Amino acid sequence: MKTQILPHVAARSSLSKKIAFGLLTVALILMPFVLGLAGPSWVRTADYALLYCMLALGLNIVVGYAGLLDLGYIAFYALGAYMVAVLASPHLNIHVSPWLLIPIGAGFAGLFGAILGAPTLKLRGDYLAIVTLGFGEIVRLFMQNLDRPINITNGTQGISGIDGLSLFGANFGSGFDLFGSHYNGAYLYYYLFLVLVLIIIAICMRLENSRIGRAWVAIREDELAAKAMGINTRNIKLYAFAMGASFGGVAGGMFASFQGFVDPTSFGLMESIMVLCMVVLGGMGNIAGVIVGAVLLTLTPEALRAAIHPLQDALFGRQVVDPDNVRMLIFGLALVAMILFRPEGLIPSRRRKEEFHHD
Amino acid sequence: MDIFIQQLANGLIIGSIYALIALGYTMVYGILGLINFAHGDVVMVGAMTTVTILSALIGFNLGIPPALLLVVAVLCALPVCALLGFGIERIAYRPLRHAPRLAPLITGIGVSIVLQNLAMMVWGRGYQRFPEVLVSDPYTILGARITTYQVWTFVLAIVLMLGLWVLVQRTRLGRAMRATAQSDRVAQLMGVNVNRVISSVFMLGSSLGCVAGVMYTASYGQASATMGFLLGLKAFSAAVLGGIGNIRGAVLGGFVLGVIEAMGAGYLSDWTGGLMGSEYKDIFAFLVLIAVLMVRPSGLLGERVSERA
Repeated sequence: MKTQILPHVAARSSLSKKIAFGLLTVALILMPFVLGLAGPSWVRTADYALLYCMLALGLNIVVGYAGLLDLGYIAFYALGAYMVAVLASPHLNIHVSPWLLIPIGAGFAGLFGAILGAPTLKLRGDYLAIVTLGFGEIVRLFMQNLDRPINITNGTQGISGIDGLSLFGANFGSGFDLFGSHYNGAYLYYYLFLVLVLIIIAICMRLENSRIGRAWVAIREDELAAKAMGINTRNIKLYAFAMGASFGGVAGGMFASFQGFVDPTSFGLMESIMVLCMVVLGGMGNIAGVIVGAVLLTLTPEALRAAIHPLQDALFGRQVVDPDNVRMLIFGLALVAMILFRPEGLIPSRRRKEEFHHD
Repeated sequence: MDIFIQQLANGLIIGSIYALIALGYTMVYGILGLINFAHGDVVMVGAMTTVTILSALIGFNLGIPPALLLVVAVLCALPVCALLGFGIERIAYRPLRHAPRLAPLITGIGVSIVLQNLAMMVWGRGYQRFPEVLVSDPYTILGARITTYQVWTFVLAIVLMLGLWVLVQRTRLGRAMRATAQSDRVAQLMGVNVNRVISSVFMLGSSLGCVAGVMYTASYGQASATMGFLLGLKAFSAAVLGGIGNIRGAVLGGFVLGVIEAMGAGYLSDWTGGLMGSEYKDIFAFLVLIAVLMVRPSGLLGERVSERA
């Protein structure tokens, strides 16, 4: 509306938007090199942050848009990861190209999402939460125990030596040389993940304003009213589960080939809860918020890890308490403080914000 | 048949522990409509505090019977847990009473992380052994072998549940609790101090959890900083199975879940021809939970959830 009434304002804001967009692009491209100066582990942390962005954006569809509390989301991440781990590793000596497996994994996870979603359609709120939690645990326990009678997942030992991704014959894991210095695989994976996150963001933005996206919000707000308006709530809910799950599957496949190793401990309930924290803390239903949440909750523990060890050395001259516990303690306190400070999330969606202040 | 009775007994005993913890979840849910995610860790703090005090008391060699020392240790741990429950509500839940529904879930998770790591700082990452204070030959009842601890666990759990029932149905506080659960606004208009009721519910639930934590530790012989997570998860599932917010439902759910789990552990191997052993008992328990909720979407004894929460 404003663009029509105040054209000069619109022009200025579009120019500043373009500049901001350009700066952001440059910053994102240079990011790993800047982080690399602080230490090579930070580039890997950035990669994990991007993986969590994919997961959080996927869960945001289920929890943020459709309002279905899912506590077993990490199961789809696990499915995607094990898909690649089993079919592209020396474990069973099958080496299908991960490029092929990742879309298959996404489809498989999406299908699984719909299958798991189907029995939960009647359930509401916390009953839905406990059933999804149960499904999540069942998937993890299967991964943990399917090493006999036929060894599929190699049980608690996990699967190692998973094939990395390669493009035009060059392996992502081996890294590249630029201006005489060598950069390891984490740099290349950074760009790959960045592109994937951007694609997922684009899909989410398109979904948000689509017929399905509006139907999700309608179901979230009032399922009965949505049904009365002619929305097929069953199918629309299943779409939400399937869509969210397929993003989780992609992230899982990427995780497996990036890390080269998977075991069941990466897919516990705590991981599901962590992704949920990212969505809620950042701002449910808001793409920017969810990304901020994912990046913040991935970086905070790592930053604390880097800070606490030297700090204890400087203060006491030795490690008085386990730095890992101090780190997680502060992380827990920060989580509480951030929600107390902004209960509706750091960047709430406009619609949610209005709801909150009208109540 | 012997296996059946043995597993039934085991299931009822572990179920009574689940039920006590589930009561803490369900009472909070009934009144505030939120999942107290830190409850499992309060249970852990109760167990760890008791073990520490008990070990210290035994170390003093006072010549008092160890069973009495156990009672003293639990009585010391109870106020710690009650205070912890009170504090958690004040810090993490009260400021968010009118916030979006998922906000208190996240602060609960935050508190849970804090408690777990504090416990690891104080007690270390390893296991704390429960001192053997009630050693005797196991009883044999109908072919099932049951230890003294198990007998006491079951009896005490039943007594506590009956006590809670009397408290809720027959006392002034209980009436205030039921009124607040129906509508906190109207209860307030009728002169109920809602904040005090909510605080007492947290303290009550935490105390029950403390006792349950000690029982669990006694029957497994050890406690650890991370024990609260799985125990809390099981108890929460039990509360949902019974119909969350419903006190009788929590008790029923606890026993049902305990028995399902024990039967799964005892029979899965037979049923599947040795394909799946007792390591699948959790899967079995979750599958039954899911199946029950599909038939009864609001739990065994839960009332139909209204369209708009």
